[in-house]
Amino acid sequence: MVITPSVLAVLVFIYAFIAWTFYISVINWNDVTPDLTFVGLQNFVRLFHTPRFITDLRNTAVFSIFFLGQCLGIGLLLAILLDQKLKGEAFFRTVYVLPFAVSAIVTGVAWKWLMVPSSGINAIFGAVGLTFLQNKWFADPNIGIIATSIAGAWQMSGYTMALYLAGLRGVPGELRDAARIDGANGFQYYRYIAIPMIMPVTFSAMVILGTISLRLFDLPASMTGSGPAFATDSPAFFMFETTFSQYRYSTGAAIGVVMLILAVGLIVPYFFTIKDEIER
Amino acid sequence: MSAVRRPAGQLLLYALLIFFAAYYLTPIYMLLITALKPFDKVGVLQMWDLPTSLYLDNWARALPLMAPNFWNSVIITVPAALISSMIGSLNGYVFAKWKFRYSNLIFMLILFGIFLPYQGILIPLVQVLTFVHLYGSIAGLIFVHCVFGMPITALIFRSYYATVPRDLLDAGRIDGAGFFGLYWWIMLPIAAPGFAVALIWQFTNIWNDFLLGVVVLSNPRLAPITVAINNLAGSYSVEWNLQMAAAILAAAPTVIVYLLLGRLFMRGLLAGAMKG
Repeated sequence: MVITPSVLAVLVFIYAFIAWTFYISVINWNDVTPDLTFVGLQNFVRLFHTPRFITDLRNTAVFSIFFLGQCLGIGLLLAILLDQKLKGEAFFRTVYVLPFAVSAIVTGVAWKWLMVPSSGINAIFGAVGLTFLQNKWFADPNIGIIATSIAGAWQMSGYTMALYLAGLRGVPGELRDAARIDGANGFQYYRYIAIPMIMPVTFSAMVILGTISLRLFDLPASMTGSGPAFATDSPAFFMFETTFSQYRYSTGAAIGVVMLILAVGLIVPYFFTIKDEIER
Repeated sequence: MSAVRRPAGQLLLYALLIFFAAYYLTPIYMLLITALKPFDKVGVLQMWDLPTSLYLDNWARALPLMAPNFWNSVIITVPAALISSMIGSLNGYVFAKWKFRYSNLIFMLILFGIFLPYQGILIPLVQVLTFVHLYGSIAGLIFVHCVFGMPITALIFRSYYATVPRDLLDAGRIDGAGFFGLYWWIMLPIAAPGFAVALIWQFTNIWNDFLLGVVVLSNPRLAPITVAINNLAGSYSVEWNLQMAAAILAAAPTVIVYLLLGRLFMRGLLAGAMKG
């Protein structure tokens, strides 16, 4: 049996730290000086009675839906377009994945400027007659988190395209030929053969994009912070402020535990599906 | 499969491709034009106007302002990417070629580190770093990036080594090579492409990291450039031209690496999604 020290180190840093965070979440360390009194689930009960946290959970759900919708929709469409073996494919592919090389912080700075209510993309919508799309973006408490998802999808939809394109390129050539001989047109080929075949890609992409939604931090930090009425707040941002600005460690740990449980709920089913790939 | 062969279809196809290229390039275009305008020309009403002349004063201000943090990012990212790739090359070898009971389970436990919400470990992390006097230091952040970079580098190297034929290792064994001998004489010499993929991936991820940087190194003097950009946006909130120039500096290294080494970058991307 061979285990390198670094493997042990990672196991300790991940799992001992997770256990330690669970422990902090059930004590009463809500001030600078540690208070080790065991309080059971009190921090969690208080957390779920905190309106900001409930808003954050709702924001996570709304962000996930819009972020995944955009990434998967745009990603699949672009992958199919690029699968047509046309001139300039390399150029378009390079442009589409480019934002993925840019940090979320820079993405946030750029989109914050583009979403200035009095100009930016609102000016573009005005110029092409799509005035109904004009709105106050992150300054509007009702849609702030959707504005954030637009910036996020700008960064990650090209990445999703790359995953889908690799999937489409992996569909065996014989299947394409067979479909053509049977008289299937392009639409039918994708609808009935290619897209069902690349379902595992859709599933992986959903898990990866889902964990990104759950960890949403850099975009709120660089765009608006918590926003009006916590419209663009996230559990990660709340956890950061609670822990490192207010020194309410046990409450911060409780938020971390909730995030961990949500992440495990996403990852464990995923690991079962890729188990065979891992065990090759 | 070619869905579209008719000229009208081709035209529509290219129209869509160009529309989406504009969607991805617009924010970058906006960064560039804003960074080249003087302050009195960056008002919201003129934001789409092209700069009338090349105004470089923003750069003269952004460069000295950002240079220390840019340099911090360099001395954080380069060693962390190198060390985590080297560790990954050994661990990937172990997980690819030295299967033992539970090795797949342990590998999956490590893979969870790729998806881990760091909020679930940040408090103990800060406590431990404080205890060993690494909290708030560049060395501390390098260490953290090495630890949490290990899952992805192990995965990249494991997929890479999986393609090395067993016969090659068996031949090495017959020649008397052991665990490290096989690694040193057989795996490492052919691992250059794996290193390229892992290094580029780690470089991009660590350079672009914000969360670990802001937690471990909040001191503005030592902070990496992502943290500095965020502070700048708070303190010079109306000077968009200056912010955009600084943002371009922050984005340039990873964008240049991506444009020069796109193929290797894509391999890291696919490996990270376990599709490599």
